[in-house]
Amino acid sequence: MELGKITISSLRKRLAAGEVKAADLCRAALDRIESLSELNAFITVTADGALASAREIDRAVEMGEPLPPLAGAVIAVKDNMVTRDVRTTAGSRILFNYRPPYSATVIERLQAAGALLIGKTNLDEFAMGSSTENSAYGPVKNPWDVTRVPGGSSGGSAVAVAAGMAIAALGSDTGGSVRQPASLSGVVGLKPTYGRVSRYGLIAFGSSLDQIGPLANSVEDVALILGVIAGRDPNDSTSSDSKVEDYVSALQGDVRGLRVGIPRECYGPGLDAEVKEKTEAAIKKLEDMGAETVEISLPHTEYAVPVYYLIATAEASANLARYDGVRFGFRAEEAVTLKEMYSQTRDQGFGAEVKRRIMLGTYALSAGYYDQYYGKAQKVRSLIERDFREAFGRCDVIATPTAPTPAFKLGEKADDPLEMYLSDIYTITANLAGVPALSLPCGLSSSGLPIGVQLIGKQFDEAGLLRAAHNLEQALGLDLTPPLSL
Amino acid sequence: MPITKKDVERIAELGRLELTEEEAELFTGQLGSIIDHIEKLSELQTEDVPQMSHCVPAGGNVEYAKRDDEVRPGLGQTRAVENAPDAEAGYFKVPRVIGG
Repeated sequence: MELGKITISSLRKRLAAGEVKAADLCRAALDRIESLSELNAFITVTADGALASAREIDRAVEMGEPLPPLAGAVIAVKDNMVTRDVRTTAGSRILFNYRPPYSATVIERLQAAGALLIGKTNLDEFAMGSSTENSAYGPVKNPWDVTRVPGGSSGGSAVAVAAGMAIAALGSDTGGSVRQPASLSGVVGLKPTYGRVSRYGLIAFGSSLDQIGPLANSVEDVALILGVIAGRDPNDSTSSDSKVEDYVSALQGDVRGLRVGIPRECYGPGLDAEVKEKTEAAIKKLEDMGAETVEISLPHTEYAVPVYYLIATAEASANLARYDGVRFGFRAEEAVTLKEMYSQTRDQGFGAEVKRRIMLGTYALSAGYYDQYYGKAQKVRSLIERDFREAFGRCDVIATPTAPTPAFKLGEKADDPLEMYLSDIYTITANLAGVPALSLPCGLSSSGLPIGVQLIGKQFDEAGLLRAAHNLEQALGLDLTPPLSL
Repeated sequence: MPITKKDVERIAELGRLELTEEEAELFTGQLGSIIDHIEKLSELQTEDVPQMSHCVPAGGNVEYAKRDDEVRPGLGQTRAVENAPDAEAGYFKVPRVIGG
């Protein structure tokens, strides 16, 4: 059975009818992971745990028990979500041997819903990157062209889904880390509203921006998983108690009268011609189905990259202070004093990009520079949030490209951090404003690389966002299978 | 104001990072070009704009951060120290702090 060709709800029906066994499905996924190991999508494969969960599902079928909503769904999880007694590295050497004493809330919710957790996926170290090249466990390769990056930082999760190693995956998105790899790898990826999904057990990067979201081959599967993981969690004080809707039922209905905002700032210089063409063609599809387009403006978009790289790094420099060689992970053994132990542990344990961001964040927060950089960034963040609020007075969803170009070559931007940061231009504003956003495949470039369109919704209007995306997905009718022959 | 290698070394000290000579050189150039880009923010007049430190979720309950102050089970000492590079008798062990 090909995992890339089946939805979770149809799988559940076939399991219930006895047409497939969860254990066989699980073994098929493990074989696929093994045969595609050169893509380097996984850091840890949890075969035993997944098979045990599969046998539990098969037993429930035999006993005629009702199946939970994600029964048999093979799901991969980014390795920055902690899993009890299963190594969790965050892609860093500094956590090379960390076995968490508890599981993230999203992990517990997936397991309770019958998912088979197949493994922990590769990522940019501490989710800092846009290419998954910054992992201490080696780069991830794009299944559409193995000389190219899959995007990042949830590159392993995107590739696991794109290449049929899992039906779906979880990623985390601080500035586009679910949506951009979804776009570059040809899958659907959602960043929910800030506060929609509990972050308890997500290894913190930028706490005012981080959000966990699903990646899958269809909008329907993304909607189904969101319904399982969303909702208030007493262990995360930033999780919202706003009502969790039935996101799958919400997909029903058309887009007649839907107002689609087109921000002129997102279609200017720097945007690849083919990406622009495919994005505009997708918007035209929405119009053909009865949606109306509205030209809008998000005037502070050009300031989003500097704002983001001050706020995210400032928060990261504080969050990463906990990696000191005392309580978990790597410790530099040769240090004599405590202070040497801290600085040598951190120098040997962190990779270059993490150090750069700790440095930038420390600088932005340091005495004499706080108001000039961090304080200023927080003020401009208000202006960006206001841009969205005003825009949503005139439209229901906003459509932009997800990334300015299709997948770039491995190593192409590795020596120029600023160039890499600028590739996040269309995705980071949703994190700064706290609104939900989704990337949906909308075509292939002339060289056969996936292109994604981004739809951005109002706070807590995941239902409306997913419905628009589902309609567009059905109208586009793409059959995306990477040309892997392994 | 361009960032100097001396600035980089001072920031590294604050961030508890012991950089090699090559790293300090590399970061001086790279952080310099990133900060040049960031200076773009100074174009904007923001005197009357409030600072936004987080997204208060619209429709969410702003009281959500509170809970009753009651004793609840924790991890326990054994589990809490089992990932430590060095521990003894339920305590974390570190190199000497004073006089080291």
